[in-house]
Amino acid sequence: MTIWWFVLWSILKVLVVTVVLLTAVAYTVLLERKVVGRIQNRWGPSRVGPFGLLQPLVDGAKLFLKEDIVPTSVYKPLYLLAPVLALGCALISIAVVPFGNPEVAPQGFRIFQISDVNIGLLVVLGITSIGVYGIALAGWSSNNKYSLMGSLRSSAQLISYELALGLSLVGVVMLAGSLNLRVIVESQAAHGLLSWNIFGGFQFVAFFIYLMAAYAETNRAPFDLPEAESELTAGYHTEYSSMKFATFFMAEYANMITVSCVATLMFFGGWTSPLGNLIGPFQNQIINAILPIFWFVLKVFFFLFLYIWVRGTLPRFRYDQLMNFGWRYLLPLAILNIVGTSLWLALKQ
Amino acid sequence: MIPLSWYLLLSATLFCLGIVGFLVRRNLITIFMSIELMLNGVNLSFVTFAHQWHLVKGQIFVFFVMVVAAAEAAVGLAIIIAIFRARATLAVDRIDLMKL
Amino acid sequence: MHLILFIVFAGLCLAGALNLLLQKHPINSALSLVVVMTSLAVLYLLLGAEFLAAAQIIVYAGAIMVLFTFVIMLLNAGREERTLGSKAAVALGFPAVAAILAVIATVILKAQDLGSVSLSDGITSTEELSRVLFHELLLPFEVTSVLILIAILGAVSLARKGHGDQEAGK
Repeated sequence: MTIWWFVLWSILKVLVVTVVLLTAVAYTVLLERKVVGRIQNRWGPSRVGPFGLLQPLVDGAKLFLKEDIVPTSVYKPLYLLAPVLALGCALISIAVVPFGNPEVAPQGFRIFQISDVNIGLLVVLGITSIGVYGIALAGWSSNNKYSLMGSLRSSAQLISYELALGLSLVGVVMLAGSLNLRVIVESQAAHGLLSWNIFGGFQFVAFFIYLMAAYAETNRAPFDLPEAESELTAGYHTEYSSMKFATFFMAEYANMITVSCVATLMFFGGWTSPLGNLIGPFQNQIINAILPIFWFVLKVFFFLFLYIWVRGTLPRFRYDQLMNFGWRYLLPLAILNIVGTSLWLALKQ
Repeated sequence: MIPLSWYLLLSATLFCLGIVGFLVRRNLITIFMSIELMLNGVNLSFVTFAHQWHLVKGQIFVFFVMVVAAAEAAVGLAIIIAIFRARATLAVDRIDLMKL
Repeated sequence: MHLILFIVFAGLCLAGALNLLLQKHPINSALSLVVVMTSLAVLYLLLGAEFLAAAQIIVYAGAIMVLFTFVIMLLNAGREERTLGSKAAVALGFPAVAAILAVIATVILKAQDLGSVSLSDGITSTEELSRVLFHELLLPFEVTSVLILIAILGAVSLARKGHGDQEAGK
């Protein structure tokens, strides 16, 4: 009987998290349009609702009501499968992310994490690596040279930067001694800001490698070559319209959110407070449960803002520069970081 | 409770399907994929036996097989690209001469 | 629960493997192989091999098969043609493979002391795995890393354009 309660509870959590995540995706798009607008000295969307806050709803309605075109020469099964795969993989990996303190569990039901997996970090990396298929198949099945170019670029880029991304996280895993995201966060909880991996764990090199590799993994500026408008019209989603285009769009932003969550968990102490125990546990249990979520959301918001800031500031790389950067600088640096961290750990013992 | 022999039967079936693919298909890349399928079938039986004897080494063997498969895929696909450049075909029946 | 999971994913595995053989276009075969590999990862999980399941997804489905699809896309490989060789292979191959399968199946079914597996069997932790890998099997591990390095060099030198082109390029 208990297993069915567990299944029911999991389904409920999945529904809530999916709805919250999709809302967050919609408002990240709005945030991007607003911030990039301000960077370019204009207002951004401001007409629908107060400060343009209802713009995501209108955008969604517009994309939903547009005519759905399937070009005649596409390879239909894969053409239809690709957006589903892209969005599916982008949404699934959020399942192992702990949003708040998972110890908060009334009646034994954990509220703030869908599933507490021993190998949570590997699950995130694995699902991200499956996400490549969405983009690769979209480009190939469209039967369009721009799409194919975009998807070839994208798969080569994703394979190359996945190495640097994975290796940059090894240092953190060694410090925590676990692949479980909850344990990794708890290992940084002792002294607030000072025990976060980026400061206390001396992982700032790893953090910058992760940040750059993550920008390349999510196809964002300055590494957005797979959809470089000036050379490839729209890259792999040139032939997609209406909701199918929107699906790719949502997948890109959901990936951004996942990557920001992982950065928060790995380097910035997850849900722990930057002040440590200075503002200690409160009397009120509800505040104690909600406050971690506030810190977590704040940190993720910071990373999303950084994404947009970088997009508004830096020009796009050239393709050979991108590959050289990944293989010649990021990868050796990541390996050096592993060697350094393990030496430090060995000497400390 | 599932008897381990079911897992072993599944792995044997996958292996044999791999052999069939290797023999029947004429496309170089598909043949290569059949080999990967055979490797996967064998991996499943390694993991099953690791569970049977409660030994970790069976799982580590799978790990090594994966590494070798990755190396094999890199070299094999490079060879396929080189062949395609020289012959402009992937049908194995047309790649039967040592010289062009 | 375990039975349902096993039947679903073993079925997916077999369906994917059959689809690999039946599809005419290499990219469809590649995708069905991805299905086989991901469902195998779930079967590894059922057998308690947690780390291997993740490695299966990351290495096989996420890296090796992406490489395959990448090459298929790059070469734009089309449908294959039937030739004499494949008919002979069909005529001789099917009975032989059926015989092999029959032999293996008899051996497996006759085996007496095979255990069984259930969800409560516990999971091989990554720590346990790495302790054996980095203590007892350190030398094989290092040797495989050299193998990988050689494979990388070989792949680069093979896939590079021919020497004539290269000199012309310089």
